[in-house]
Amino acid sequence: MSTQQIIFLVLSAIALVSAMGVILSKNPVTSVLCLILTFFTIAGHYVMLNAQFLAVVHIIVYAGAIMVLFLFVIMLMNLNADIEPQKRNWLKYAGAISGGTLLVILVAALRDASMPTLQPGATDIGLIGNLGKTLFNKYVVPFEVSSVLFLSAMVGAVVIGKKED
Amino acid sequence: MPVQYYIFLSIALFCIGVMGVLMRRNAIIIFMCIELMLNAVNLLLVAFSKMWADAGRVDAAAAQIFVFFIMVVAAAEVAVGLAIIVMVYRNTHSVDINILNRLKN
Amino acid sequence: MINLVWLVPFLPLLGFLINGLGRRYLSRSQVGITGSGVILAAFAVSVLIFLDVRQPGFQAQEVRLFDFISAGTLQIPFAFRVDQLSALFLLIITGVGSLIHIYSTAYMHDESREGFARYFAYLNLFVFSMLILVLGANYVMMFIGWEGVGLCSYLLIGFWFKNTAFNNAAKKAFVMNRIGDLGFLLGIFFMIMQFGSVSFPEVFEKAATLGLNNGIVAAIAMLLFVGAMGKSAQIPLYTWLPDAMAGPTPVSALIHAATMVTAGIYMVARSNVLYSLVPHIQAVVAIIGLATALLAASIALKQNDIKKVLAYSTVSQLGYMFLALGVGAYTAAVFHVMTHAFFKALLFLGSGSVIHAMGGEQDIRKMGGLKKYLPVTNWTFLVGCLAIAGIPGLSGFFSKDEILAHTFAHSKALYVLGLLGALMTAFYMFRLYYITFCGKFRGTHEQEHHLHESPAAMTVPLVILAILSVVGGYIGLPEVLGAPHWLAEYLSPVFAPSAPFAEAHHLQHSTEWLLMGLSTVLVILFILLARRQYGSYEDTGRGNTGLAKVLENKWYVDELYDAVIVKPLGMLSRFLQDALEKGGIDRLVNGAGRAVQWGSQQARRVQSGQVGFYIFAMVIGMIVLFVIGLLL
Repeated sequence: MSTQQIIFLVLSAIALVSAMGVILSKNPVTSVLCLILTFFTIAGHYVMLNAQFLAVVHIIVYAGAIMVLFLFVIMLMNLNADIEPQKRNWLKYAGAISGGTLLVILVAALRDASMPTLQPGATDIGLIGNLGKTLFNKYVVPFEVSSVLFLSAMVGAVVIGKKED
Repeated sequence: MPVQYYIFLSIALFCIGVMGVLMRRNAIIIFMCIELMLNAVNLLLVAFSKMWADAGRVDAAAAQIFVFFIMVVAAAEVAVGLAIIVMVYRNTHSVDINILNRLKN
Repeated sequence: MINLVWLVPFLPLLGFLINGLGRRYLSRSQVGITGSGVILAAFAVSVLIFLDVRQPGFQAQEVRLFDFISAGTLQIPFAFRVDQLSALFLLIITGVGSLIHIYSTAYMHDESREGFARYFAYLNLFVFSMLILVLGANYVMMFIGWEGVGLCSYLLIGFWFKNTAFNNAAKKAFVMNRIGDLGFLLGIFFMIMQFGSVSFPEVFEKAATLGLNNGIVAAIAMLLFVGAMGKSAQIPLYTWLPDAMAGPTPVSALIHAATMVTAGIYMVARSNVLYSLVPHIQAVVAIIGLATALLAASIALKQNDIKKVLAYSTVSQLGYMFLALGVGAYTAAVFHVMTHAFFKALLFLGSGSVIHAMGGEQDIRKMGGLKKYLPVTNWTFLVGCLAIAGIPGLSGFFSKDEILAHTFAHSKALYVLGLLGALMTAFYMFRLYYITFCGKFRGTHEQEHHLHESPAAMTVPLVILAILSVVGGYIGLPEVLGAPHWLAEYLSPVFAPSAPFAEAHHLQHSTEWLLMGLSTVLVILFILLARRQYGSYEDTGRGNTGLAKVLENKWYVDELYDAVIVKPLGMLSRFLQDALEKGGIDRLVNGAGRAVQWGSQQARRVQSGQVGFYIFAMVIGMIVLFVIGLLL
């Protein structure tokens, strides 16, 4: 097996294990940390797929901002393992089974598709310069709109979170 | 390496996210599993972007732009969602989603 | 004028609409004038039609108004048939009808304004229906009128609807009529099946080609006679007529004496061809008629209500008419219809005058000696009694004797029984007369103070009818007296088609004189017997025993019907109500409602308000969609 495949397998294994850790751990803080690990492995996948810019942005935004926000909120509410509410057992199994069914069906649906192979060689598309050119030439309107989206999200968050006087 | 591997990985991560949403009662954990699902989709999109680039298509960067925007939206959504959860916590002192059944009947 | 024959029924219909719709707004005199006026106008038109029909060589005409039923080869038009028979009946109905309307304006004066208008509206509707019945050009038209008079009879018997007993009497009349109507309808259906038509000339023509004693024709004739049994109160469907006396007296006069009950006679007379083709059914008609005549006469011997005596007398006389039809004497039957209309209406209106004077009292045991208080009523009532008894010179003598003569020619045994009935008739009528008008007054003092002769609107029709009862017989003088039987000549085109099949009756002149003399002598004897028994009647207050008790209780026929028919039907309907209706159908229908409720309770559970459950449902939905997408 080539180096690429080994790296792929390792990264995938870690990603899957930590994803399981997210959903199975009782302590919310542990869930957050597992999720951060998952994000790091996915960033690794991005690098392998020549999306370097995205990998970096992924880490900065997700692991750096979003997860920190999650951690802040958990700390704010003082949640820990013993006051964690648990679902009834059969519901947990039902959830697991339905998720598993979904997995099976999707795999079955997409199994026979004939798809091309990915070349190990590098391409240029993920370089920040090229990406930036595409972004600001073709997709400048969505870019501007996304700024409005952020503005509204900020305003919304502030308004919702305000203490009533 | 065939792109099927990435497809299966992405599906697996997505389904783990679905299982998490169904199995947990804590609103914050559920939110995190939703983020996990989004990330699975992002991974798949980047894989397809590479696939197109290898095939020589010119607009292969479009998928990566798409991922970029998904991240934007996820960030905004997390901000507002967490604000809501904090508000709910302030009113009911719990993040158990079973408590939130005012829409009953 | 014949083309305007539709005016005759539609004038009373107009009167019905005006009085019915305007019953809250019109004054009593307006209602009375409208109600009686339309009948008088119809009478005028009928006279003109009659004069046209009377011309020698007149052919029966059909005046078609519109197509009523047109289904394939079956054509049933709404058409009137103007011939000698219907013209004669038109005169009787509108003539006697107008007299009774005028009488009613005074008799019903005590009613409220709305009740008065309602009465006249119903009475006009009745005349309309009766006219449709006799003018109809086919059996379906006749049936329309048949049903209409049944309905009006119900409405008028139960006119004072606040009284439950009267309502029950009205219901009884209607139900028994209905039983007869079923027979009539079945007869019509057979007719359509066999002949493909219900129009009179076509049916008679086709029936004649089938020859004597054909099974289907016999069935049709029998079924039609069942209808006549109900409408004309023959055994076994006669018990409604005495109960129908619950209605106002003019109603009893018009409907249950002069017109509605003669509808059966009209129908059989109209269908003379059918009946002559099946002599054994004719024999059935004769026997039932005779049996009814005797039974009713026997009951009338012991009744104490003035109207009930007259009611049983009507049933008895109808029996005579059917006897006449049964022996093939169609002209005699129609003759008796006419004379009976005169003297029975006279007797009923006279009894109404008595009841009015007595302030509503109808029990003859409380009357007596009324002749000095009510002179006009007394004389006209006497004339009516003489006519019905069959004293020579009055109309009843000629018609009844003709019936008895034809019966004699047909069968001696039937004649003897018929004669016995006639003698009983004389006896009970004069019993009624003597108890009511002669002897001492047996009522209370207030009643005695109240006694007065009735107003002119009531006495004038009495006088007119009395005159008609006397002279009405001269249109049918028997041949032995050397004069032409004018009525027979007039009606011969109607009854001629049945002549080939009927057995001819010929009596020698001497036999006829003998029969006339015999009946006259015996009738006078029985009248004298009645006078001796009841001339100065004292109410001893003793109840009747033995046979008299049975007669007074109408041979317990009503009680028999009650036990055999009414009670089992009541039990059946109670059973159906409890078991089928409440247990079965109600449970099914309510169960459907409860099932829906239960289902919605279950479906409600989906709305649990739990977000987790909703997400779960979403995932399941996704899975299902994927599966379907995969499979298809």
